[in-house]
Amino acid sequence: MKFLRGLLWFLVTVAGIAIWLVSPWFVLLALAAAFALWLLLTRRGRQAGSVTQVGLSTLRQRIGASSVIVVGIAGVVAVLAALLAMAEGYRETLRKSGSADSAIVLRGASAAEVMSTLMHDSVTVIAQAPGIARDAQGRALVSPELVVAANLPLKGGLPDEDGSVQLRGVGDAAWMVRPDVKIVAGRKFASGRRELVAGTGAQRQFAGLEPGKRIKLGNQSWDVVGVFHSGDAMDSELWADAEIVATTYRRGSSRTSVTAKLTGASAFKGFKAALSADPRLDVDASTTLDYFSKQSEGMTKVIRIIGMVVGAIMAIGAVFGALNTMFATVATRAREIATLRAIGFRGVPVVVAVMLETMLLALLGGLLGGALAWLVFNGFTASTLAGGVGQLTFDFKVSAGVLWTGIKWALAIGFVGGLFPALRAARLPVTEALRGA
Amino acid sequence: MKYLHLIWAELFRRKTRTILTLVSILAAFLLFGLLNGVRESFEQAGQSAQGASRLQTQSRLSFIDTLPQSLDARIAATDGVKAVTYANWFGGAYQDPHNQIFSFAVAPNYLDLYPEIEVDPKQREAFDATRTGVLVGEGLMKRFGWEVGQRLPLISTIFPNRDGSKNWAFDIVGVMKPKDKASGGWYDQMILMQWKYFDESTPYNRGQVGWYVSGVRDANQADRVAKAIDALSANSDHETKTMTEAAAAASWMKQTADIGLIVGSIMGAVFFTLLLLTGNTMAQAVRERIPELAVLKTIGFRDGSVLGLVLAESVLLVLIGGVLGLGLAALLGPILTLGSGGVINMPPVGASSWLLGLSLMVGIGLLVGALPAIRAMRLNIVDALAGR
Repeated sequence: MKFLRGLLWFLVTVAGIAIWLVSPWFVLLALAAAFALWLLLTRRGRQAGSVTQVGLSTLRQRIGASSVIVVGIAGVVAVLAALLAMAEGYRETLRKSGSADSAIVLRGASAAEVMSTLMHDSVTVIAQAPGIARDAQGRALVSPELVVAANLPLKGGLPDEDGSVQLRGVGDAAWMVRPDVKIVAGRKFASGRRELVAGTGAQRQFAGLEPGKRIKLGNQSWDVVGVFHSGDAMDSELWADAEIVATTYRRGSSRTSVTAKLTGASAFKGFKAALSADPRLDVDASTTLDYFSKQSEGMTKVIRIIGMVVGAIMAIGAVFGALNTMFATVATRAREIATLRAIGFRGVPVVVAVMLETMLLALLGGLLGGALAWLVFNGFTASTLAGGVGQLTFDFKVSAGVLWTGIKWALAIGFVGGLFPALRAARLPVTEALRGA
Repeated sequence: MKYLHLIWAELFRRKTRTILTLVSILAAFLLFGLLNGVRESFEQAGQSAQGASRLQTQSRLSFIDTLPQSLDARIAATDGVKAVTYANWFGGAYQDPHNQIFSFAVAPNYLDLYPEIEVDPKQREAFDATRTGVLVGEGLMKRFGWEVGQRLPLISTIFPNRDGSKNWAFDIVGVMKPKDKASGGWYDQMILMQWKYFDESTPYNRGQVGWYVSGVRDANQADRVAKAIDALSANSDHETKTMTEAAAAASWMKQTADIGLIVGSIMGAVFFTLLLLTGNTMAQAVRERIPELAVLKTIGFRDGSVLGLVLAESVLLVLIGGVLGLGLAALLGPILTLGSGGVINMPPVGASSWLLGLSLMVGIGLLVGALPAIRAMRLNIVDALAGR
């Protein structure tokens, strides 16, 4: 019977935690508001408030044990927030690379740009599709591009250690299709020459990408003439003249993708329909937003799951740490609690007081952990292989959403860690507790 | 050893507290077991004896560029090369282009260079004889519920078929099993097909090879042989870059993610928290036992023995929790791998994980017990008995 009741409590708690973790902020705000009202307006609530105050005033004597709760939870939240920030930063970087009003066209069934091939005829046909925006001179804003992988020496790597970087062969239109890409040092490459510009992210990863330097791709030398910045996935690339890239990599007149600026997000439907209806083409069109979101999907999911699993295991450890501390707290305060009970305080205020104390400590831990993650990891640069070909650099992003998740976890840990000691405090046999210690 | 009974009794003097602390330690070492396995399997990718004696030759331009097949004979003639084979990346995917599967088109002698992949001789014969035959890794078979003899539709994300579509059809003729389960996670998850069929079917690959793999006679000569192979095509329009398979794998892993750093920082946070938590438990345990310790001293226990008793208690506490945690990790790993049908491939907890884990346990136990133990050692009998 006792076991069954324990099991029931356990299941209810787990279900409650699950609901708590997935609830949106306004539900939780409403809960907090209701609790605050109860605390202020009802008799029981006011009693609970004063018992909590007594508990908190003696907190200083238990500072060592209480810090276990704070630090334990801070550790969980910091690790969780760091991993989520990694997923978030990766997703953000790729998502920012796309927009709803530009489209990318690849050969059918190609998962990434580098796997696709579009013959010259197809490129010409695609450029005539409806819905493409035009510039002031009336030219269609279409950029056929050739993406290849290139081996370059890594910064700080071993003498013969190469990394893979994405090299994008582009024409003039590329700069107009992507207005975010700006030259920040040096100049653009001149068409028809073996020159290239490097993104700021690529520059950080690979050696020798400063303007004025000369690098080797294969057996040919290229001049680095400038550096560009766009704040998205393009930053990890090198850009050069498409014709020259095509000759170096023996691609003839074929291209890997066509990026087009559309007249608006609504024009995409017509654009896609026209392309798939054309019997001369076998291509897939998607908005760049869609394309880049798809690229980040798998990786983001994996990082998030790892973060949740690691966080959950750590949280279990922290819960038991909190339980330990709070049981000890209840034990040392047994006489005090029994006195309260003896002079007429009911169980509820006692339970609420112990819970509140734990949750406050947990909140403190959550804030501390979140702040730590933010201080150490916000803007931390990492890189990985993306799209199957090149190093993609991205910044960790400790966003408000990530911090909020961390705080929610902290409160959940505090809740479980406080619940059972609180119940024990309420069930304390008054006479025994008064006599003991 | 004769005090073990005493230490045990002291440890479980307060059952609730000890058990709660044990669960915390257990959680920490469970995490350690799982993460350290991942870190090791990343670090050891390709680091086998075979990995050091196999050379990989790729295009110097980039790994997606191909090499002419004519290089095959010239590499084979290089001094120190025992055998050479080649492969192409097929870029296969099952059902959805984003559901990618490691799939390679390989030369007939490819498996001869990979003795760590086990294939039933009959199935190997069938693979050689069937143009559209493929060998599939054991894990992959289980993951998708495929059977030997069935037809397997694959999408190539790169190469169109002869009729221009990216849909290919193969026949599963056999299963590949990694000889060593611990390090063979990768072979478990791949598909091999006939290079000849691939080359003849797609209009995009006329006699081009993705990369060459050559076995060298003497692993110590690998560097020299690699240089000799690269010299074959120096200054041509298809320069090559040759390195040992181990080096290639290491560089690949390094570019994918700095696993060591991630695991290191997580474990740092975990163990710091653990130190504080167990330290607090031990401090409490000693504090409430002061009179008892004084009695021990009164009946003749030396200062050093008391110090030893408390230290042993804390080491024992961490050891019990840690061994349970690592054991749980060893149990959970295979369950996770099975339960996810091979999507997550948890490496088993190896001997080196156990060794590192055990030394961590002892280290943490000593560190945590140090302060309370010193306090217990310095106890003044009279003061302690009087409760001062």
